[in-house]
Amino acid sequence: MSDSAYVQLLDLACGAFLLAAVVILWRRELAAIVRTFALQGVALAAIALLLGLHEGRADLVAVAAGIGVLRAGVLPYLMRRALTAATADRRPYDTGGAEGRETRPVVNVAASLLAAAALTLLAYAVARPLVELDPSPATRALPVGLAVVLIGFFVLVTRRRALAQVVGFLLLDNGITATAFLAASGVPLIVELGVSFDVLLAMLVLQLLTARMRAAFGTTDLDDLRELHD
Amino acid sequence: MSALGYAAVAAQTGAVVAGAPLLTGLMRQVRARLEGRAGAGVLQPLRDTRKLLRREPIAPAGTGPAFRTAPALLVATTLVVATLVPLLSTDTPVAGRADLILVVALLALGTVTLALAGLDTGTAFGGMGASREMTIAALVEPTLLMAVFALSIPAGTTNLPAIVDGAVREPDRLASPAGLLAAAALVVAVLAETGRIPVDNPSTHLELTMVHEAMVLEYAGRDLALVELGAQMRLTVLLGLLASLFVPWGIATSASVGALLLALVAFAVKVALLGAALAAAEVFWAKVRLFRVPELLAGSFLLALLAVTASYFLSGA
Repeated sequence: MSDSAYVQLLDLACGAFLLAAVVILWRRELAAIVRTFALQGVALAAIALLLGLHEGRADLVAVAAGIGVLRAGVLPYLMRRALTAATADRRPYDTGGAEGRETRPVVNVAASLLAAAALTLLAYAVARPLVELDPSPATRALPVGLAVVLIGFFVLVTRRRALAQVVGFLLLDNGITATAFLAASGVPLIVELGVSFDVLLAMLVLQLLTARMRAAFGTTDLDDLRELHD
Repeated sequence: MSALGYAAVAAQTGAVVAGAPLLTGLMRQVRARLEGRAGAGVLQPLRDTRKLLRREPIAPAGTGPAFRTAPALLVATTLVVATLVPLLSTDTPVAGRADLILVVALLALGTVTLALAGLDTGTAFGGMGASREMTIAALVEPTLLMAVFALSIPAGTTNLPAIVDGAVREPDRLASPAGLLAAAALVVAVLAETGRIPVDNPSTHLELTMVHEAMVLEYAGRDLALVELGAQMRLTVLLGLLASLFVPWGIATSASVGALLLALVAFAVKVALLGAALAAAEVFWAKVRLFRVPELLAGSFLLALLAVTASYFLSGA
């Protein structure tokens, strides 16, 4: 792979990675959000794969494959299961529940898109000194990872549905992984494996939690959980 | 040399004026066929214009100069834009003055004159349409500017012919993430600016959320013909700008008769294809609620901003 092709493809993968985060903010349907998240997992795996191929490291390619399976396959599958469980017992045309949609985010969609723009600029501003340490195509794309971390935080604090908040948490993790890859060509394999298992466990716990919440309250709107019950 | 340059400008302006009604007719025809109707034919807008030109314009009582001068101003601003934007050739006598900011400002001037005319009638409809138009315009103009800025960073200038010239010589500028994001943002901005389906419905007077139609409701005869022509020309120019910026192949970069003729054919084909694709897409889209329009435009603004940041940071500036 020639150098210019590598830079083009890496930029394209980073662009898709950031765009997926923005689309997650844009969409209201939880099913569409989960689909977009799966696409973002593919973009993240592509970034790792490109770096691995460019530097000729087999372990990075293996990590890329693992990331692809976990973030574009397993996690979206688990989320989709949680989603169908949440919407299955609803009658069709039942607008009262609207479990499958993020109906009223804390910050409305137009404002959150503008906030995402501000966060992206902030990430670029913060990452400049880091990029200047060692300017290369990979480190130049470093702000993209930071921007996704910030957008993930933003989703985490402004969404009401449990599943949307889970997606925010996973966005955060995607962003951290991307930053690690772009800054230092990946963390050691064992750490990456540990983190991935942690994320998987957290996801499973959250899935159990949403199921129990629905059983107890009939909704996954976390703002309803204000007061303690015995 | 300069004679050919002037010929290019004349050909470009003529193509926009003559082609605009045909483009609208083509789009309506595509829509009709896809909806299972026979359609009125591609020449129908021309026939409508002929019919309207024979009738006398009637101004409502109490309207002032804003109402009377708006149609002429709308057409005039669009004509100037059509001469400036590099649709056929980047090597014209006016190429040095064809700046992006000037073009956007001229488009905005056309929008404002029409909004003032809508206010001038003093009807509830006109005022509502004008206020909505201004809301949308305020959100669209920054997006238009931002989306083209993303392309002007690698070119190092906001001069449109220079941007197109650079893109012809280095096509990978367009295949970069910045180019793709800017293209997506510009498409949404053009749709909003010309009042097409997701934002406004161009084919009805009976729409509660109508924008453009509400402002021109009081026009009749020759004035109405001018307003319609102005709207059609704006659509043609903006689609042509889109084609020039993102599919610049076929545009003449030097002054020769052969290249100019080729550019004319390429321009007609590109704009016809874009218009047909847009009309086909409109069949499948629903109109967005008016209160969701800011959301759509905020999204496209964000895409444009991301395009600018990506083109600034990823290209290793």
